[in-house]
Amino acid sequence: MDWIKLLQTLTKPAGVSGSEMPIAETVKALLLPLCDTVEIRHGNVIGSIGTRTPSKPHILLDAHMDQVGFLVTAITDEGFVRVGNVGGMDWRLMPAQRVVLHGTEDVSGMICCVPPHLQNGEEHVLSVIELAIDTGYSKEELEKRITLGDSVSFDLPIQELKNGRITGASLDDRCGMAAILYALELVQGKTLPCTVSVLFSTQEEVGERGAAIGAFEIMPDFALAVDVTFAQGHGDDPVKCGKLGGGPMIGISSSLSRSVSNAFIELAQQYEIPWQPEVMPGMTGTNADRFSVTRCGVSAGTISIPLRYMHTPSELIQLSDVEQTGRLLAVGLEHSTWDRYEPSSEHGMRGI
Amino acid sequence: MLKYIREFCDLCAGSGDEEAVRSAVIRVLEGICGVSWRIDPLGNLIVKKRGANRAPHHLMISAHMDEVSLIVTHVNNDGTLCVAPVGGIDASVVIGRQVLVGAAHRHGVIGAKPVHLLSDEEKKQLPQFHTLMLDIGAKNAQEAQQDAPPGTSVYFMPDFRLLGENRVCSKAIDDRIGCALLLELLEQDAAYDFTAAFLAQEEIGLRGAKTAAFAEAPDFALVLDATTAADLVGAKDDEKVCTLGAGPVISFMDRSTIYDKELVKLAFSLCQQHGIPCQTKSRIVGGNDSGAIHISRGGVRTLSVSLPCRYLHAPSSVADFTDMDYCLELVSLLAKNIMKV
Repeated sequence: MDWIKLLQTLTKPAGVSGSEMPIAETVKALLLPLCDTVEIRHGNVIGSIGTRTPSKPHILLDAHMDQVGFLVTAITDEGFVRVGNVGGMDWRLMPAQRVVLHGTEDVSGMICCVPPHLQNGEEHVLSVIELAIDTGYSKEELEKRITLGDSVSFDLPIQELKNGRITGASLDDRCGMAAILYALELVQGKTLPCTVSVLFSTQEEVGERGAAIGAFEIMPDFALAVDVTFAQGHGDDPVKCGKLGGGPMIGISSSLSRSVSNAFIELAQQYEIPWQPEVMPGMTGTNADRFSVTRCGVSAGTISIPLRYMHTPSELIQLSDVEQTGRLLAVGLEHSTWDRYEPSSEHGMRGI
Repeated sequence: MLKYIREFCDLCAGSGDEEAVRSAVIRVLEGICGVSWRIDPLGNLIVKKRGANRAPHHLMISAHMDEVSLIVTHVNNDGTLCVAPVGGIDASVVIGRQVLVGAAHRHGVIGAKPVHLLSDEEKKQLPQFHTLMLDIGAKNAQEAQQDAPPGTSVYFMPDFRLLGENRVCSKAIDDRIGCALLLELLEQDAAYDFTAAFLAQEEIGLRGAKTAAFAEAPDFALVLDATTAADLVGAKDDEKVCTLGAGPVISFMDRSTIYDKELVKLAFSLCQQHGIPCQTKSRIVGGNDSGAIHISRGGVRTLSVSLPCRYLHAPSSVADFTDMDYCLELVSLLAKNIMKV
């Protein structure tokens, strides 16, 4: 797998929450050769493998397509663009960031800042309503290209660092999508003990909304949210973070199915896939929070890729973690003689 | 016109580390007739241009080669690196950025703790350099030490973009565009001999300018630099300082220099005669190599021709192409007319 190429393909199209069509079209094309059917429904990209039958469990693999960003809220008379935020971001690092405004054409811009020469010592961290974007256009020229409500994303290509680590914007959660695509490749041509739906979902960053409607339609027996989680950076609390390069983090939470967690832990050990526990006392902050309460309830789990500097334009991951996540998902599908009625079974998975 | 701008803005050269710009300029000089050059101990590149006539006054036209940058100060046990600014940089435009590290231009990133893990108090605190970490992907101190030992230069990621209809967004506009203009001036036929000085270490205190002005002992000096435009959202009247697209900036005073009054008048009258839009600064802010040059030896009559530029010292400064064209036209006129003073 050429991970750099795949992640370049996945991070190039924008997909600020609610404006996911460019990434949806891209990933639909990537899913077509791996699935029996692929469709875009209410913005979600849904692929399916196998014919549903009561004798086989139906498993949902999910990663969200959307990324944090902005929407255009106003264009000032001077031609500056005012924005509102889509998703949670760190306002401390906004000054001078490069952005792209997605109008009738893509328009380059940057977030205005005050140079040191003009600072008076009373500077503060600007809130989103104080931010302005400079595109070099006048209001009149801008209005030919941009309308209110258009999305704005960070504009940074992926760069390779040492040790198979990469940095870029929107790796949350394009690397989760990459892991799922890899897992599907690994199980190509194999007879699976389950049927599978892939959900590349919208609007996670604003409250897991695409996941809610997607899972309702798909009606899975088991659902896995493949997302990113905190990798320890310098000075970060090791209790709250995983290790970069330590492999996928298997979620253990009061809101998740413990048998799903246990099944993946056993599989990771059996197949010698490096893994890390991610213990979350309550909700998970991922699409799994929605999956577990879909319709009459779904057994949900999280498999997370450790990532540093989350929700900044310079997120950082180690590619081996993406690959190992894909492997873990693949063995999960191959061995999924799942028990659909947990927690009646302590063992969780049959046949292991 | 202005053909070197993109190439020069994409170069990486901090103060005391100007080799990339110096060698790029020399490559061009090698194809120009009537120029000779030398490099002084600080790394200034001093070029003598032969004109059609011998100059009655010795004129030095300068631009500085260095950009604001960072330097590695410490290697942490976990393989991250501490950095300090070289020149005046607001840590707000460094946090969360991609950077290039060292002469090998390795990729790196200035990390930021995820917003999810910040306390409400931390969210409101402006970033400071001592809290920032450079991450090159190294797994431990040994790896980091090998690739980026203390003293390694760190640069904003080159990312030159055209903006709007007639503007550019890039790092290092301050003062690579000055260098590009000066080089284009050297390519033109000159009426009189003059000295072109590509200067080192402006950003840490006008240091190259000091030695160059001493060595050259010019009678007159023209300084080409970028100056701070604040024509930003909501700015009224004098708050704008100067405006993009309104032509070269002729300052009468900034924080480093009170400019030669006769030269200021000459510049404005040349602009008027030749239909060149021009402006002055509506606030007394900033400074440039003039500060060192005008008090060199027994004094040098000095004028600054500045390119209005938004977001100076950030990885995304913005300037207007028409301003650059007019700056070049005005400097060319000044070089000729200063000889009649």
